[in-house]
Amino acid sequence: MAEAVKQPLPVLVIGGSMVFLSYLITGIGLGSVYAIIALGYSMVYGIAKMLNFAHGDVIMIGAYVAFFALSRYNLPAVAAVLLAIAVCTTLGVLIERLAYKPLRQATSLSVLITAIGVSYFLQNMAQLLWSSSPKIFSSIVGNRSLTLFDGKMSIAYINILTIITCIVIMIVLTLFINNTKIGRAMRACSEDKDAAKLMGINVNKTISITFAIGSGLAAIASVLLCSTYPSVYPTLGSMPGIKAFTAAVFGGIGSIPGAFVGGLLLGIIENLSKAYISTQLSDAIVFAVLIIVLLIKPTGILGKKVNEKV
Amino acid sequence: MKKSNLLNKLFDKQHKKQTVSYLIVIFAYVILEALLKTGNISSLFKNLLVPCTCYIVAALALNLCVGLSGELSLGHAGFMSIGAFTAVCLSGLLAGTLTNAVLRLVIVIIIGAAVSAFFGFLIGIPVLKLQGDYLAIVTLAFCQIIVSLINNVYFGFDEKGLQFSFIENKLNLSSSGKILIGGPIGASGTQRISTFTVGIVLIIISLIVIYNLMDSRNGRAIMAARDNRIAALSVGIDVTRTKMLAFVISAALAGAAGALYGLNFSTLTPAKFGFNQSILLLVYVVLGGLGNITGTIISASVLYVLPELLRSFESYRMIIYSLVLIGIMLISNNKFFKEKLAELKTRRFNRTHSKEAE
Amino acid sequence: MKKLLVVLLSVFVVFGLVGCSGGSGGDEASPTIKLGGSGPLTGGAAVYGNDVFHAAELAVKEINEAEGFDFFDFKFEDDEADPEKAPNAYGVLKDWGMQVSIYTTTSGAGLAVVEDYFNDRIFAITPSGSNPGLVYNGSTNYDNCFQVCFTDPNQGVASADYIKNNALGEKVAIIYRSDDDYSTTVYQKFKDEAAKVGLDIVYEGSFIDTDSDYSAQLTAAQNAGADVVFLPIYYTPAAGILTQADAMGYAPVFFGIDGMDGILTLEGFDTALAEGVYLLTPFAADATDDKTVHFVTAFKEAYGGTPTQFGADAYDAVYAIYEACKAAGVDGTNSTEEICDALIGQFTSMTFDGLTGKATWAANGEVSKSPKAVIIENGVYVAAE
Repeated sequence: MAEAVKQPLPVLVIGGSMVFLSYLITGIGLGSVYAIIALGYSMVYGIAKMLNFAHGDVIMIGAYVAFFALSRYNLPAVAAVLLAIAVCTTLGVLIERLAYKPLRQATSLSVLITAIGVSYFLQNMAQLLWSSSPKIFSSIVGNRSLTLFDGKMSIAYINILTIITCIVIMIVLTLFINNTKIGRAMRACSEDKDAAKLMGINVNKTISITFAIGSGLAAIASVLLCSTYPSVYPTLGSMPGIKAFTAAVFGGIGSIPGAFVGGLLLGIIENLSKAYISTQLSDAIVFAVLIIVLLIKPTGILGKKVNEKV
Repeated sequence: MKKSNLLNKLFDKQHKKQTVSYLIVIFAYVILEALLKTGNISSLFKNLLVPCTCYIVAALALNLCVGLSGELSLGHAGFMSIGAFTAVCLSGLLAGTLTNAVLRLVIVIIIGAAVSAFFGFLIGIPVLKLQGDYLAIVTLAFCQIIVSLINNVYFGFDEKGLQFSFIENKLNLSSSGKILIGGPIGASGTQRISTFTVGIVLIIISLIVIYNLMDSRNGRAIMAARDNRIAALSVGIDVTRTKMLAFVISAALAGAAGALYGLNFSTLTPAKFGFNQSILLLVYVVLGGLGNITGTIISASVLYVLPELLRSFESYRMIIYSLVLIGIMLISNNKFFKEKLAELKTRRFNRTHSKEAE
Repeated sequence: MKKLLVVLLSVFVVFGLVGCSGGSGGDEASPTIKLGGSGPLTGGAAVYGNDVFHAAELAVKEINEAEGFDFFDFKFEDDEADPEKAPNAYGVLKDWGMQVSIYTTTSGAGLAVVEDYFNDRIFAITPSGSNPGLVYNGSTNYDNCFQVCFTDPNQGVASADYIKNNALGEKVAIIYRSDDDYSTTVYQKFKDEAAKVGLDIVYEGSFIDTDSDYSAQLTAAQNAGADVVFLPIYYTPAAGILTQADAMGYAPVFFGIDGMDGILTLEGFDTALAEGVYLLTPFAADATDDKTVHFVTAFKEAYGGTPTQFGADAYDAVYAIYEACKAAGVDGTNSTEEICDALIGQFTSMTFDGLTGKATWAANGEVSKSPKAVIIENGVYVAAE
């Protein structure tokens, strides 16, 4: 039995396992958002071998675009999402062309600092254009919950939507990478750029496409993120960015299933430790688990072991 | 004769760079101190002096780790926070018994550095088993853990003794007691005892430590391990040990910088030492040049002062700052620019060589 | 490459030295008083700093127009709400020749410069820095430092009393921000007072600045059976909490303090969610008294957007300084120290009638005015009985 209600729940004696389940599902929802962001991080890392710290700020831009589309221009949700994807994809490609492409031969640290510069730039531009006063995002599926077991458990629809979206993205992306020409080119570039070039692959174009996909995913993530946690503000992307980066490393950076697994685990650990241990220490716990995982598997859960060449 | 020998030694190929960096620091100190004494310096600039020395020392520490040892650390702010909070607590406790501020400052900086070095050692054990970006993320994780732990520490004292509580503030101090760390609020009401002179001395000590390390057998081992780990292993270098040495020294210097920093402000919050602070240090190091000590000193001072100089641009200043950052990276890695530079270098090289031939 | 970079950077340093070693005392003979102040104009807390900046600027403009000459010259510097940057902002203001100050917008930044203000004898009154440490520290009374807003402890006590006396609920949950001085102080005092008056606190949860998910805390509060949720936090996270509570179908009585003001004007926020929320605030932007209407209209005209209590407090701070200066007969020709002493005398004796109510000041710098409880009904504040 399932029905949508917007009424306060009667205060019932709720079974421990039900409570656990609802924390778990919220955690999976949060983890799915991390996973989508982490996919962007991971793909870019796999191919361009750079940590794109501006990725979180692309999410922020996506959130603002979707917010204005929904609240100021009253566009339908689908149009808002598409618009956000279009803007973020363009922005991602633009950033890559202007800031990262000239540094293809430079050290990875130079690229890292440039990415940080881009991140500062986007945050401060957002503040200048849209002010630092936060805006409240109205959820694309409304604030309703699915209630199960006679009201003993409720799951927000947005959680369900997030989880489904994440799984769909995961499947589509895997098929794309394995079965299309561009996907194969991407894999070739991540294995060996020079060899890929010799095989007639346009490396620059492939990297651009990777950035486009990663940024598009960031736009989707931004809409899902803000539908759950509704404040939109200029530094919105920083924390999810760091968390998603952690998730990507957790699962094995460069690996697509790794990003998925890492994101989900991170979300679950974070939410359960908030619920059962301490809200103040949840970040410490997440990072402690990360360290333990990396000590046992130094390249992450699903990461490839790279043999050193002598 | 002897004198010229010494001069020769100071300015020979091997030591020229080192001498230049000492001279820059001393020169800057003399000028600034003269300006301070004659009152010709603005209040703003006066306030910037001590934090600037802190950032220089912290950036030098990070350069030892990233530039010389080749380990990308995104968590040096964590070491700064350990040093800072240790120093603030100790200084608060000692304030009654040790009234000489400079002596107290020196003692707490040393202890702050020691505590930070100890944590550096503990963290180094797991961290240095990893490589590359995985090492970077683990240092970031440690920094986040340290900040989030300090965020939950409540520590104070009154005439009955010390009180400590975790997560919840359970301190029950008498009216004459003092809270040293108040959880997320951090330390407040700290007596500001840091001085510019101590900051400069700390920079010079850092330079001595780093240069001596670079010239030593251990230092060469560290750089060998950075350039080619496997080759270093094959000639019998204990890579983990040498890297640990660099990491611990780096942590100690960062802790000392943090101690000086903590005692320069009357309030200090743990949140200050998050990811952004670590990144800030990294920016100083990369812009100054990896492994380039003089460059680090200059870039840290300039980049620290730059946002203050841009105040007149009001809300545009951080945008300008970010563009400067991107611009420097793009220009310094530009092919055309690099070629021109190489040309200049060879021309100068030729000139000096032809001189020597004469 | 590195060498050229070094050279380039050195040029900057020299530029910096030259650019910074200026700084003059200003024109001594002018009757214009140099009024300074700092707050976060960039970074995460910029919304508060900008509100204070704009409202104070508005007050200065009005006063100057009414006087027919520049009574105040106003300069507001960015301190990013960061204790590290606050001394720099203070340095810039001092170099400019600041004579009176509206201090800092946030408590953290204020604590970093309170001793400078005290030692330099510059009169300072903070619109919104609510930490008691801004005006006194244990036995040290910073006699030239004052506050316009309530202190945090008072708000905690008043809230607990109100909930108890009006029987808003049986079981109380608290959700506060643990890395915020304001929030934790109110929370502590609320808890102490609740124990005294016999309120049953069933859940205490916290979050930090970077969190945007409150579902774990809300679920726990719901499971603990709380029918009142006390929110000693600012309106931005409060909006998130209200939205998420609604999504969960959890509808207790929400009770906020002055930081909650602003929630109705938050862009994109569904004000229906704030129906029935109680808050203790000295200022309501939609009040209908002449002063408020005038201020809000003028503010909207000049800067767009609705001012919050931060703005109202800043507006009051400037007017309080103005009235005190007029009463004491001081202007810019007096030395900073003379102005300081005159204003201390005025502030500790006068009653100021401003946007945020009638206020008097104690010698320790704390304000005394009565907090008003309002309830949100049909999207507007209604005085609660």
